Formats: sequence, C-alpha cells, structure tokens
Amino acid sequence: MSLINYSSREINCKIVYYGCGLCGKTTNIKFIYQKVSPDAKGKLISLATELDRTLFFDFLPLDLGSIKGFKTRFHLYTVPGQVFYNASRKLILKGVDGIVFVADSQVERLEANVEALTNLQENLTEYGMNIETIPFVIQYNKRDLPNIATVDEMRAQLNKWNVPEFEAVAHQGFGVFETLKEVAKKVLKNLS
Amino acid sequence: MPVENLNVFEDDFWAINEKLNQILKSTNCLSVMLIDKAGQLITTAGDISQLDTTSFSSLCAADFAATSQLAMLVGEKEFSTLFHQGEKQNIYIASIEDRVMLAVVFDQRTTLGLVRVRVKQVVLELIKMFTAIFAKLDGAPGGAPGSGSNLGTDFASEAESELDNLFK
Repeated sequence: MSLINYSSREINCKIVYYGCGLCGKTTNIKFIYQKVSPDAKGKLISLATELDRTLFFDFLPLDLGSIKGFKTRFHLYTVPGQVFYNASRKLILKGVDGIVFVADSQVERLEANVEALTNLQENLTEYGMNIETIPFVIQYNKRDLPNIATVDEMRAQLNKWNVPEFEAVAHQGFGVFETLKEVAKKVLKNLS
Repeated sequence: MPVENLNVFEDDFWAINEKLNQILKSTNCLSVMLIDKAGQLITTAGDISQLDTTSFSSLCAADFAATSQLAMLVGEKEFSTLFHQGEKQNIYIASIEDRVMLAVVFDQRTTLGLVRVRVKQVVLELIKMFTAIFAKLDGAPGGAPGSGSNLGTDFASEAESELDNLFK
C-alpha cells in the first residue's frame, strides 16, 4: 500500500526482501545501509536474535529525493527466513508494493528456495495479491561460493514468470544495487 | 488486485490534522501520530523533534500487527488499543477501521484515563473521515492499484533518473 500524501507532497513505498533462512536478505539491506549517503537514509532497525538471525524484521528507510515535487521514500524490509516464523513473515507483507526474492545459489538450498517461494505465493494470496501482478524481481545470491546451481537451473525452478533476475554476492555488494534499482523502478512505474 | 493505495488529498489532510490537534490540546499529551498499517506515517501533531518518526511508525505497525495475531490466538478479532507504560513516557495506540492507527505519546502531565476517553471520541470521528476517504479511492475510475494517483505520465521517467542518481 503506497501512501501518497498530496498535502505534504510525500510518497512512501514498501519493498520487502523475501527468501529462505540465511539466503542473505539482511546482508543486502546492510550493504545498502553502508553505501548510501547519510542524508539519503534513516536508521537501520534490526529485530534479531542474539545470534543475529532475524526475529521479526530489518527496516531501512531510504530517501530517493524529490520527484515531480513529491518527496519519495522507500521503506525496505526483510522477513525472517526460518520456516517457523511464517506468522511474522505474513505480517511484514501487509501493504507491500514490491518484492525482492533472494535465492541461495547453493545446490543444497534449492529445495529451501522453492519452499520459500511457495510460501510467498501463499501469503500473498491471503492478502488478495498475486505474484504475477506485483512488482517482483529475483536475486540469485552467493554466486561466489563453490557448489552452486547454474542460473539456468535456478531459473527453471524459481522464475517461471520470467521476471528480472540478478546474480549477486551480497556481502561484497555485487548485484545488490542492481536488484534494488530494478524493483524500485517497477514500484514507481506502478504508481504513475 | 485489491491492494489499497492510500492517497490523502489536501482537504482531508487538514481535517485530519485538526482532529489530531484536538487530541493534543484536550489531553495535554506530547505528540500524536497517524500511521497506516503498512508502517507509513500519514501526519503528526505536537512536538516530534526528539522522535525518529519513521522508525516509530514502522515499529508501531509491527507492534499492532503482532498484537492482532495474539488476539486471534485467544479468539478475539483484534485488540483495538495498545498501551505501553514507561518510567517517564507512555504510548497509547488505537486502531481506526483496521487500516490506520493513532499513536499518542504522553508523560506525567496527563493520565491514561484522559487520553483513553479523548482518543475514543476522536477515533469515532476519524473512522467517519477515513470511511469517506476510502470510499472516494475505491470509487476512483479504473479502480486500484495506483489509479487514484495524479502523478502524471512523466513521473516514471523522472523517477528513473532519480534512481540513477541515488545508486551511482
């Protein structure tokens, strides 16, 4: 649910990073936080366990600047990836404008990726949303690791909608901004 | 796709602001914030200079969403209000039509009872206002999503160049 305030001339949009546990959602957000200039970002909030696993969500507000006189801001969220946190995941999807699905490229995580994607579709359906119509991109993360599936194999399992896809190594920042930029473009296009 | 974009126009905005100021004056609270359920701040009244309102709004929405789920677990539709008590400051949050919430921050200069009574009155009026706003949006030609926006056709291209600037 984007919020367009014609009086204070502000637009707020919500982008959610989704994916299985330890796929690198928080790493994406942390890298963005480190690299964006201080005047364009707010505080990074992480509701995490003592072991740094996301418990509820990470949140990063990002100012895009003024577009046609509207101060435009993205709210980036990650969900907890672990299977048993589905109630929290569903809550964070409420009012989402765009989704980045972060997939773990390691062969042994393929099944977990598919499960997370199915879970995303189920949760969107419960909100009356559809993965085919919401701004949606896929990121194949951890491309620097050995024992990874090929992009073709991952595409066959995860990208049947042929949405934009990006290879990434989130902890080095490779592919992080490309992914965000694409989903942001799609969200803003959807607004106009 | 039934995603409700919330567009707030000038007239509604000032009318809503007036209601928030009414709470501020009648309760002597510190600040009042109106937040949508996705965690985005709609408007505020009072002194928010010491508050990170963006983070506050996001956490407020998460707080409310988590509490709603707790309500369902015990067989309630929702807990329509939340209260957090601190040593110096307190927060009272009330739901408005399941899509928006009102958060009041107050200290010892007022009481929970007074805040609760005054907020209850104003919430009833805000419900009427938001019902009208949502009816207006639902009736917008073309339906949702984004159809209620008057951003113009060149918005997307201008947005794209701003994105290039942000991420270069």
